[in-house]
Amino acid sequence: MAVFRSETSKGLALSAPATLYVGFLVAAPLVILVAYSMWTQTYVSIDKTLTLANYREAFTDPLVRHLMVRSILIAAAVTVVTVALAYPIAYFIALRARRKTLWLLLITIPFWSSYLLRVFAWKLILGFNGVMNSALLALGLTDEPLTFLLYNEFAVVLTLAHAWAPFAILPIYVSIQKIDPSLLEAANDLGSGKLEQFLRVTLPLTIPGIIAACLIIFIPTVGDYVTPSLVGGSDGKMIANLIQVQFGAANNWPLGATLSLLAMLSVGFVAIVSVISATSLGKRIR
Amino acid sequence: MTRPSGLMLYALFYLAFLYLPVLFLPLFSFNDGTIVAFPIKGWTLEWYRQLGGQQTLIQALLNSLLVGFVAAIVSTSMGLFAARAYVRYRFRGKEASEGLVMLPLVIPGIIVASSMLVLFISLGLKPSLTAVILGHTFLALPFAVSIMKSAFDDFDVSLEEAALDLGSGIVETFRRVTLPIVAPGIISSFLVTFTVSFDEFVLAFFLSGNQPTLPVYIWSQIRFPAKLPNTLALGSLLLLTSVLLLVVAEYFRRRSIKSNP
Repeated sequence: MAVFRSETSKGLALSAPATLYVGFLVAAPLVILVAYSMWTQTYVSIDKTLTLANYREAFTDPLVRHLMVRSILIAAAVTVVTVALAYPIAYFIALRARRKTLWLLLITIPFWSSYLLRVFAWKLILGFNGVMNSALLALGLTDEPLTFLLYNEFAVVLTLAHAWAPFAILPIYVSIQKIDPSLLEAANDLGSGKLEQFLRVTLPLTIPGIIAACLIIFIPTVGDYVTPSLVGGSDGKMIANLIQVQFGAANNWPLGATLSLLAMLSVGFVAIVSVISATSLGKRIR
Repeated sequence: MTRPSGLMLYALFYLAFLYLPVLFLPLFSFNDGTIVAFPIKGWTLEWYRQLGGQQTLIQALLNSLLVGFVAAIVSTSMGLFAARAYVRYRFRGKEASEGLVMLPLVIPGIIVASSMLVLFISLGLKPSLTAVILGHTFLALPFAVSIMKSAFDDFDVSLEEAALDLGSGIVETFRRVTLPIVAPGIISSFLVTFTVSFDEFVLAFFLSGNQPTLPVYIWSQIRFPAKLPNTLALGSLLLLTSVLLLVVAEYFRRRSIKSNP
């Protein structure tokens, strides 16, 4: 086989279809999206004179700013809640559980089902006449249905914290698993308590896993469409809902393209800033 | 270790939280009432029976099967070749290429969907099942690549070399040595990518035009309270299908890891 061609050409040739396919479908839409964002919609046709009007509109429209900020805040809340809830589980599986494989399997099985259906299920559970309220009433725990469960930010955060669970657990689990047990023993021998051991050894060493989990959750959440549409009500709408409207009912693709690009840029910006600050924080703890 | 610690209790609660929604959907799909609330009125299979007669549903199911099948074949083939390159060869641009093919996992769905819609329209491709297939292949590729990478990871190169030394051609070696060994990985990748496509909603919502896939059809039904019991029954069937497919995929993935020395 070695006589056939050089390693480089074989490697390049074999990986080319996948690389080119993904590369094309990432780069080409981006170029066209940029072009669209500088055109304007005039009723049924598109005026292709270059202008920054869409950006001006996006920056001055309070609704856009409001939704963009809310999307980022909700995504940040989802990230924090999901990771905080998931960390103890990852810790438990990595260091305490006896049947690790079984636990990992149990945690991933629910996510082998349609995301749309899981969100739909939460809508039914949290609804005014829904599962949760009827159960609480039947058990006599409340006198009237709770109204704060559905159609607000709380519902969005809860649903997404559920949806992203394994994406938080798995990277953190891997990073805890990698910790050399002798480090923990050393900390123990040197007389640090359990809490100090956790804060000064385990936590700093798992920061890469935490960062990975945060990115995997934060980035897609900013652009989530299904959850805010189904359980968010009017208080929980996010930027993806506005983008969809531009491509659908409002039929203003240039503005939709502008909003998509701006969403992408803000996600990238927030993600990079958080990674840098988290990394330096991790170094300081150590 | 056997005494139930606080952490263990927390883990059990967390597990209940994870399973809550997935179990409620099937539970209420057998409920003999149209409101999804306790107490359950009685048990019925009526909602499942009614599904058989809905023509648009059947058409959406066929669309989904077609899209999933083609997207799974294409993404698994591309993933097979790329994974082999990543595991076997060192070459310039390898890290960049490996990173790039994972990108579809992290781009927000709405951005992929809107930008692909704009691209396809610009290229003259109207929203259709073809557009959905192209999009789903893109989304499924990272899954195919990582599964195939683990299948190739411990693959013993000397087996291929032995076959070549014994006079087999490259094609014959691939067909009779490489392929059988990584076959469980291929099956696993096919099933996972099929499920990714079968369950995907946002991209299909933007790109399917007037040929809805099953999730797009379900989306259109969610708005009608009268259709709720049927949607629950359909959703439960879908949940069951996805979980079954992926359990089988997991079985093959483990076999592919075990069979390698």
